[in-house]
Amino acid sequence: PMGTDMAQTRHRCQQMLSLSHRAFFWLVSLLLSSLIWFIAVKASDPRDEPLQRGLLIFGVMFSVLLQEVFRFLYYKLLRKAIEGLVALSEDGCSPISIQQMAYVAGVGFGLMSGAFSMINLLADSLGPGTVGIHGDSQLYFLTSAFMTMVLIFLHTFWGILFFHGCEHRRWWEIAAVVVMHLAVSGSTFCNPMYVGSLVPSYSLMAITAVWAYLLSGGSAQNVRRFLLCKS
Amino acid sequence: MITFMNNSDSEEEPCNERTSLMSAESPPVPSYQDGLQASEAGEVQAHRKRRTGSSRGPSNTADGDVSDMGVPVRESTAENEEEELTLKYGAKHVIMLFVPVTLCMIVVVATIKSVRFYTEKNGQLIYTPFSEDTPSVGQRLLNSVLNTIIMISVIVVMTVFLVLLYKYRCYKFIHGWLILSSLMLLFLFTYIYLGEVLKTYNVAMDYPTLFLVIWNFGAVGMICIHWKGPLQLQQAYLIMISALMALVFIKYLPEWSAWVILGAISIYDLMAVLCPKGPLRMLVETAQERNEPIFPALIYSSAMIWTVGMAKPDTAARGSSHQTWDAAEDRRDNHRSPSHADSQMSETRSPIPTRPITSFEEEESKERGVKLGLGDFIFYSVLVGKAAATASGDWNTTLACFVAILIGLCLTLLLLAVFKKALPALPISITFGLVFYFSTDNLVRPFMDTLASHQLYI
Repeated sequence: PMGTDMAQTRHRCQQMLSLSHRAFFWLVSLLLSSLIWFIAVKASDPRDEPLQRGLLIFGVMFSVLLQEVFRFLYYKLLRKAIEGLVALSEDGCSPISIQQMAYVAGVGFGLMSGAFSMINLLADSLGPGTVGIHGDSQLYFLTSAFMTMVLIFLHTFWGILFFHGCEHRRWWEIAAVVVMHLAVSGSTFCNPMYVGSLVPSYSLMAITAVWAYLLSGGSAQNVRRFLLCKS
Repeated sequence: MITFMNNSDSEEEPCNERTSLMSAESPPVPSYQDGLQASEAGEVQAHRKRRTGSSRGPSNTADGDVSDMGVPVRESTAENEEEELTLKYGAKHVIMLFVPVTLCMIVVVATIKSVRFYTEKNGQLIYTPFSEDTPSVGQRLLNSVLNTIIMISVIVVMTVFLVLLYKYRCYKFIHGWLILSSLMLLFLFTYIYLGEVLKTYNVAMDYPTLFLVIWNFGAVGMICIHWKGPLQLQQAYLIMISALMALVFIKYLPEWSAWVILGAISIYDLMAVLCPKGPLRMLVETAQERNEPIFPALIYSSAMIWTVGMAKPDTAARGSSHQTWDAAEDRRDNHRSPSHADSQMSETRSPIPTRPITSFEEEESKERGVKLGLGDFIFYSVLVGKAAATASGDWNTTLACFVAILIGLCLTLLLLAVFKKALPALPISITFGLVFYFSTDNLVRPFMDTLASHQLYI
């Protein structure tokens, strides 16, 4: 009993650690992409509106690609860590499976991304003010909240898909994740026409959720059994 | 400084004149580091008392002394096992330290963001005499560097003074200093803090109630820290004290000086702990020579309790050691304070040679904890608090610094597991923190602001 207890605490601790490492990796990717954008903006004419917008789009796309690169780097790091743990453990099998790590990694990524998107908004929402007083959309806070939520979920599912693709050398899965990420980020360019960004994002999230669930070993029977409360 | 509890053959943390908070110890054991800071602080006015020390070393050496006994027997059989266990429990240690560091930072950031008092400039400490209200950038930079030099030299002098005091066995002096310092921290600074918080939230409180609250808080704090108390209460007091100290630093250090001081402190930490002639290293060596259980002053320890799990499943081991262990367990249940844990550890370790080592190892390592000096808490909180106070109202910067510090702590603990000796906890975290602060404030913030204004998501 003590042995399993120790194993479980270790398990949880490693998961939490993984979360914070993940957050750090996302942060570094954000840092690098902002650096590039910043340099580009400083090097260009600030009054040229279309150019600024173009630079912004470029910045967003570059950031998305960099995030995926860092996800891959994180996968590599985790692989090494798990191999190390396996080498150290007594019975040759790792206490943490790569799928759990994938899930935690995805959550970490998502949480960090969500936190960075939302925290300033939340702080501002406490203060006095009127939403959309200058003619912008009045649903700003609401749609931001929904968008952040969908992004966090998506990051989690993408984490699972990505790691699965890396594990089984299925490059098309990895490519699919990258394309989806670009698509979701790109759809936000439709804002404030929220139909153009929220609806596709949510449908993508549903598809990815099902895909990730199937990849993690779930099946329609499991769902039915769960819903009908059968043991 | 950061180190394992029973894994000490190295030095402790740099004891600077920072807080004189001790993670409690038996009165007979002198806590010189705290004393140093305490007397130092007691000299001038209230605000001088911003020295917070981080001295982890002493307790380590105690542990180290004890563990040295078991080492020769251990080595042959369980060295590899020990390594494995260390690495395996590395994750647990990291989490055990994440929580208090996070709590301390949360308290500091929450206070900074809500209570105006700590972001108002009301003068400077006597240690940073040069003002930063100068017309030119160069002059300002020069002043902040001068401030840093003064501050660091004061710290070095105090540390050397402490080492000398310890060398010449002036325990009473140190102890008195320590008590004075924690008195001031627990009563005066808490009173000021409470006053400001009540002012911010416009809550009325009469003097009798205030007196009662502060008296209880302070008295229980003194008992918990200097004598015996439940571990978690002790930890809570240490966290609160570190937060108070950090708030004082944040208020009274001018901006540029604060950043330069943070950088300089981490370099000093590195040198004081790792250089052969560093004051802290000398301190630990002296303590080891004298075979004294050093007062774990200014140390936050994560797991001091040796639970009943110590009653090993290995019945064969019971034998002669049964007597000692029963007594130890009883004491443990009654007192549950670090010093007792230390003394119990020495008691329980003596039977080592008489029984199989491996089972003891497992029990032991289950209860291993990590110690982190309070100075580390304070400077981490100063960094995050300064980021919260001066980053143009941006929460992203605060969050980025927070993550950077945690990752730095993680790395330091990893190195600790690899090197198995006391390490300075400041350099890596502070470096990450500083890098992330400046880059997030200047690079990421405009990017994120532009994205947010167009409601784009990456």
